[in-house]
Amino acid sequence: MTERAHDAATWPRLRVDDLTASFGATSAVRGASVDLNDREVTAVIGPSGCGKSTFLRCLNRLHETVPTARVEGRVLLDGRNIYATGVNPVAVRKLVGMVFQRPTPFPTMSIRDNVAAGLLVMSPRPSRKETDEIVERALKRAALFDEVKDRLGEPATALSGGQQQRLCIARALATDPEVLLLDEPTASLDPISSQKVEELVYELKRDMSVVIVTHNMQQAARVSDVTAFFLMGELVEAAPTKTMFTTPKDPRTEAYITGRFG
Amino acid sequence: MTTPLIGGRPTLRQLAVAERTVGTITRRRIVSAIMAGVIALMAIITTLPLLFILWHLAREGASSLNVAFFTQMPKPVGEGNAGMANAIVGTLILIATACGIGLPIGIGAGLYLADFKGTRLATAVRFLADVLNGLPSIVLGIFAWETLVRPMGHFSAWAGGIALAAMMIPMVTRTTEEMVRLVPTSLREAALALGYSRARTALTVVLRTAMAGIVTGVLVAVARIAGESAPLLFTVLGNSFWSVDLNQPIAAMPLQIFEYAKSPYDEWHRLAWAGALVLIAVVLMISLAARFATRSSSHRGSGD
Repeated sequence: MTERAHDAATWPRLRVDDLTASFGATSAVRGASVDLNDREVTAVIGPSGCGKSTFLRCLNRLHETVPTARVEGRVLLDGRNIYATGVNPVAVRKLVGMVFQRPTPFPTMSIRDNVAAGLLVMSPRPSRKETDEIVERALKRAALFDEVKDRLGEPATALSGGQQQRLCIARALATDPEVLLLDEPTASLDPISSQKVEELVYELKRDMSVVIVTHNMQQAARVSDVTAFFLMGELVEAAPTKTMFTTPKDPRTEAYITGRFG
Repeated sequence: MTTPLIGGRPTLRQLAVAERTVGTITRRRIVSAIMAGVIALMAIITTLPLLFILWHLAREGASSLNVAFFTQMPKPVGEGNAGMANAIVGTLILIATACGIGLPIGIGAGLYLADFKGTRLATAVRFLADVLNGLPSIVLGIFAWETLVRPMGHFSAWAGGIALAAMMIPMVTRTTEEMVRLVPTSLREAALALGYSRARTALTVVLRTAMAGIVTGVLVAVARIAGESAPLLFTVLGNSFWSVDLNQPIAAMPLQIFEYAKSPYDEWHRLAWAGALVLIAVVLMISLAARFATRSSSHRGSGD
């Protein structure tokens, strides 16, 4: 990753160093090392079961919440190892936002309360007025505000799938995370909703580092600056997206990108 | 030709097969109609006991149902204007006591079973809760007498409330567990990913999402203990006078009904019928409330 065609002023927000993640005796990710830059979108691609979601879930310490799951290696967030002893995973997750494959609005909460959900655990906790402002700003950034501004009190489950997913993005943005993790955010959406989310991703990288796991190589090519390719738990190659899709170094990457398997 | 034949004109062979199956199809239709009729009849029979009971209770008890029944105390035969106000209040107090003791324990245990489902303790608790659930209530009553009433030296509402709580806890525990397990993992993970602690996730997201189902389970449990008489015979004893003291024997509707029903007087028999009618109406209302609680939550997200 020496030749970078774009803005050279970026720096690695997350440095993943020899990361191994396992469930019981089976390892899902083995020895992955990669830098995830600020103000860049990193796409993680690879066939099903290659460990890309597990990799993503290690970046906010969510992987370890599954019984028998284990993580080895280091993940440095702004230079501090989030797996160091004494680091509270709950604190890490406040800095690293995440959006899942299927929309996960809290069904008992209104649209407003869903967006404000993360603010409840911030310290100091914002006042009611501040919360309303933050909610509005987050909904605007997630390009949802105009569609819901007149019904913020309605249950979040009344929204369509695409709207719910943008609501989840707004919820993740409300706490102003340093890194945003997206786990196949468009996999359960229709093409138009997918396009909206993609446009959003492009906007978001202005002030944070975005990591997006995707099944869809066109999507990776469209939205990302850097692409990382996983195969059977191994990080085969990570390079600027242009390079990756035109002149990959590893023959396995080329085989996958040209559609010879996967 | 009624047999549908797919794909243009039938061949001769198909026609021959079709001819042979026409007979069987008519036979199948007849058998199907008969069987549908039989199971429909069984479905109707299922509801007959309830309808019969309601009809009978209304016929026998409705005449004694008046304001006095709800406001007056039991009175000697011949005085008239007798009621069971003390028993109605007593039953409410017993239900409240049982809920006060049983709900925190039952819901807490259910959360534990759902969250730590693989542990040895969870497996053992789940099994024992099921056994306790199937325990005859009279056994529970004798046990409560032996462990609570005898050491205390007298019958009391406390002992009854605890006995009813013991009946309620396994039901509430298992419902809570089932309902909490229905909350998708993705919702828990979404809360954790926001920086919620495990405890906060369990209380504000998981429990709240499962709440409608848990409320239903609790109401079903309340409906069941409201009509229990066996555990109360050994614990609260019953009381012909007004008492709301938890340390004293207290009146309860099932006991008062029993008291009235076993007497030789027609007047008291009518009161027993009326009591049974009120009791069943209360239970029915609780069941309807349970229905309503589930429906309203599944139709809308129940915002706050």
